[in-house]
Amino acid sequence: MTGTAGAGPLLLGVRHHGPGSARAVRAALDAARPATVLIEGPPEADALVPLAADPDLRPPVALLAHAVDEPGRSAFWPFAAFSPEWVAVRWALEHGVPARFIDLPAAHTLAWDAELPPGEGEETRTTEGERVRVDPLAELAGAAGYDDPERWWEDVVEHRGPGERDPFAPFEALAEAMGALRERYGAGGRPRDLVREAHMRLRLRAARKESGDAVAVVCGAWHVPALRERTTVTADRALLKGLPKVKADLTWVPWTHRRLARSSGYGAGIDSPGWYGHLFHAPDRPVERWLTKVAGLLRAEDRIVSSAHVIEAVRLADTLAAVRGRPLPGLGETTDAVRAVMCDGSDVPLALVHDRLVVGDVLGEVPDSAPAVPLQRDLVRRQRSLRLKPEALERELELDLRGETDAGRSRLLHRLRLLGIGWGEPGPSRGSTGTFRETWRLRWEPELSVRVAEAGVWGTTVAAAARARAEADAAAAGALADVTALAERCLLAGLPDALPAVMRALTDRAALDTDVGHLAQALPALVRSLRYGDVRGTATRALSEVAAGLAERIFVGLPPACTALDSDAAELMRGHVDAVHTAVGLLGEAAAGAGGAAPAPVPDGTGRVRGLGGLRRRWRGVLHVLAGRDTVAGVVRGRAVRLLTDEGELGGGEAARLMGLALSPGTPPADAAAWIEGFVGGGGGMLLVHDERLLGLVDSWLTEVPAQAFTDVLPLLRRTFAAYDPGVRRTLGELVRRGSGDRGDPVARRLVAPGFGAGPDAERADAVLPVLRLLLGTATEESLTGVGA
Amino acid sequence: MSANLASTPSRTAAPHPGESAAALRPHAEDAFAGELAALAAQDDRPRPARWKLSPWAVATYLLGGTLPDGTVISPKYVGPRRIVEVAVTTLATDRALLLLGVPGTAKTWVSEHLAAAVSGDSTLLVQGTAGTPEEAIRYGWNYARLLAHGPSRDALVPSPVMRAMAEGRTARVEELTRIPADVQDTLITILSEKTLPVPELGEEVQAVRGFNLIATANDRDRGVNDLSSALRRRFNTVVLPLPESAEAEVDIVTRRVEQIGRSLDLPAAPDGKTEIRRVVTVFRELRDGLTGDGRTKVKSPSGTLSTAEAISVVTGGLALAAHFGDGVLRPADVAAGILGAVVRDPAADRVVWQEYLETVVREREGWTDFYRACREVSA
Repeated sequence: MTGTAGAGPLLLGVRHHGPGSARAVRAALDAARPATVLIEGPPEADALVPLAADPDLRPPVALLAHAVDEPGRSAFWPFAAFSPEWVAVRWALEHGVPARFIDLPAAHTLAWDAELPPGEGEETRTTEGERVRVDPLAELAGAAGYDDPERWWEDVVEHRGPGERDPFAPFEALAEAMGALRERYGAGGRPRDLVREAHMRLRLRAARKESGDAVAVVCGAWHVPALRERTTVTADRALLKGLPKVKADLTWVPWTHRRLARSSGYGAGIDSPGWYGHLFHAPDRPVERWLTKVAGLLRAEDRIVSSAHVIEAVRLADTLAAVRGRPLPGLGETTDAVRAVMCDGSDVPLALVHDRLVVGDVLGEVPDSAPAVPLQRDLVRRQRSLRLKPEALERELELDLRGETDAGRSRLLHRLRLLGIGWGEPGPSRGSTGTFRETWRLRWEPELSVRVAEAGVWGTTVAAAARARAEADAAAAGALADVTALAERCLLAGLPDALPAVMRALTDRAALDTDVGHLAQALPALVRSLRYGDVRGTATRALSEVAAGLAERIFVGLPPACTALDSDAAELMRGHVDAVHTAVGLLGEAAAGAGGAAPAPVPDGTGRVRGLGGLRRRWRGVLHVLAGRDTVAGVVRGRAVRLLTDEGELGGGEAARLMGLALSPGTPPADAAAWIEGFVGGGGGMLLVHDERLLGLVDSWLTEVPAQAFTDVLPLLRRTFAAYDPGVRRTLGELVRRGSGDRGDPVARRLVAPGFGAGPDAERADAVLPVLRLLLGTATEESLTGVGA
Repeated sequence: MSANLASTPSRTAAPHPGESAAALRPHAEDAFAGELAALAAQDDRPRPARWKLSPWAVATYLLGGTLPDGTVISPKYVGPRRIVEVAVTTLATDRALLLLGVPGTAKTWVSEHLAAAVSGDSTLLVQGTAGTPEEAIRYGWNYARLLAHGPSRDALVPSPVMRAMAEGRTARVEELTRIPADVQDTLITILSEKTLPVPELGEEVQAVRGFNLIATANDRDRGVNDLSSALRRRFNTVVLPLPESAEAEVDIVTRRVEQIGRSLDLPAAPDGKTEIRRVVTVFRELRDGLTGDGRTKVKSPSGTLSTAEAISVVTGGLALAAHFGDGVLRPADVAAGILGAVVRDPAADRVVWQEYLETVVREREGWTDFYRACREVSA
């Protein structure tokens, strides 16, 4: 043992989440056997330390501090199994010595954040530590001739194998280097560090009063020189005076490797937690073990990787490290070796390795005895403010979304559903079909509390958690329809912030989906969401843009997709064409509405609104293509002609011509029948009853079919018309009989349903108009007097 | 035995020895002889057996740099350093190197310079074609001698690979995937056993240390003979990427178009840069499946859309503009070329292209003319 332990407290400067540091800390603690271990972290967490001994607490976990009155204001201190701080906590527990956190209390740090602009506060706080330490590292690495500070640190600290002769030497050297840096840079432009360090010194003094010099401190290497400094208690106290304060609460929450890897937000900013975990846990030969692991993963994914591959990869990684002048292959070398030897130079399997191994899927666990997460508190607060009590008894709840409270309740229930907390299940609305009504079946099951605790990883308030969850779901969703459903749920849950991420996922899926059917299925749901959004006053601009983009893709892809279909597929496609037709109509309306509501659209908006308006025009163009292309399935072709006729795009003569073409003798009978089916099918034939023009077309074509061909067509026609109700069939027969009797007379030829006159009675029709105007709000003075007269 | 093989004339001598300096394109080891000599003189790192330079020096030769004595080494390959390091290290670990990439990614160029730097000789080359026979990889016979004296070492005509084995040098195989599969497989024994049996003579040629092989292959072409997994296992694969940034690619295209245009006597287009940028943008976006701003995904067509194709589209457009237009490269001049390059599969690619036109090009600022021109040629 060197004189370190004797000369004063043992100061172990580390890099947070460094496996080499963790290993060194354990060796140093084993050698020094201190009576107290002090750790950089919020002191309020001292009471939570014993929980770390619970076998149910498995890293990665995080200490979560949040303001009691404001769960949204929170901060995280993540710990992985390979974090030096975690190692120190475990060592203290295993050896029965007290472990204490000595950083500035979370009560102050959280209050500090409040002074920063919202949103930035959390990020600045959690990355602060990293940033401060990265800069001195860059200095040291530069002095050692490295261009990448991370790599330098890995080479000199993290990749040192176990079995160092002197467990204190690395810390000594590092402290010296940091001391030189601190001399030159002071607090490194971070005045807050001085305050934190003052607090650390105070806590250190208190600990030394109890245990003398048998105290070990595990903190960021940057702070070591400051802890060595000799200052007076009064000076330190003065620094800590007048700090803002909030009431803070702390608990353990489960964490994941993925969140450790996130470089912003609450993440610790380490790119390769899985690799670090491997370095920490591997007893020896880390590279060989790692590459064997990679080979195992690739084999499980059905790639042929033999032991020879592993051998060659190890050789390549070793030599690469030598060429690059590194003592041991790092992640970069092993990745290059895996790519060149095992993945045939391709980055695709490599992405899998990165996702599963380099980052890893490790999920932490927290015992039930951990204090409640802030999400739970937030939920309770919402329940109270919305007067919505959790009851075990099932009950039904009718919500009128036009009221503020009911709208809030609906949002809460929808958000909880997004989080997988099935407190309420939406049921069918009774009585009204309006979009402003919702019916819920509520039932609070005890296990929902567990779900709430689990959902704590996603955020500290219901809204924030639901948003994070929706964004994660959007990124993970496989099918296009899943994402559209998610978008709908986001709107229902009032999470417009989550929409950009969901919309991005949606456009990405839509862009890569080659099946027009999927797109055509997604569009109606999206347009429906647009209309819901209108009811709820959500900003749906992004949504309508995405919908327009989706429609555009359908327009391009639909004509080729309608060729070479069998009858089932063609029938399915006809459904898609109908659905898209309706959706485009609604979308065009929405666009027109948006244009009217915003008289001065933003510059980029003008083109977009015009684009939406042109949507219907382009859709009609697509229908024209479908109607006129022979290779398109008959049922779709007939449907396209029918839709165009309904839109008034085709004159009666043109439709008749197309029908004649489709039913001419050269067309295979099956195709001709399909065309008729597409043209007049659906709706049980009532359209033929009420649209005399369509019936006239069918009728006149039928009478012109030559006698010989008629027998061929007959069974096919029968198939179409047999699907109609008997009543409809009879009415049609009567209509045709009456019409055919007066052939040639243009007035009398009008087909009339039983009980109706031969022509419209203009006088009786006019009598309705004033009332109609009144209802529509377009009534003028004269017309009102007209009603009186 | 190896002396015998080495004495075989190693290159087809120019008819007039004095004229070799005036060759249209000198070999890498001749063109950069000065740099190689300077590197060798100052290289104090360990060299693998029969290497002319240490691996570090080879990497410096390819990537460029300044030597301690101030000699400037020009960069031969502009691209990620990682790739060159892996390639050189592969050769140093005695593994064969396979350079993969779409056409125009400098595969051959890199392999030639690697061979020149490692062995000082880039001429031990087998050009792979669909008609490459086994003799090109193993050995052939001098039939006059064979008939006159019977099978003997003198009647044997060694392949470049055989010579490389005997001399401990680097052999090169170009377009490995174009070689028929059965011929490819003759490489397996050479690469794993490092020996080449000559059953006719009851002998074998064993590779001496320093022997290695660099193969290049095109990974996007249709109709290639894919490597058997047994052969593939013998190679470390390095994929040479397409230019990393749009700027770099625009530069490459502009430079090449100028060179080609000069040789075709096309007048220089005054405003060609805009269209070149546009062609490169379209190619990159379709290739990457992502728009340049990284906000919208698009489908990728079946074609390669390599830089080389972008060059030919622009050259074609220039010719159109020069001969049939007003000499200025306009959207209409490149539209047809782009369509031809993108739509390789008439059914699937057309949808991809139209979707791209409607969702990306139509909305883009300043691209209206191009959109119209594309609509015109697509219709």
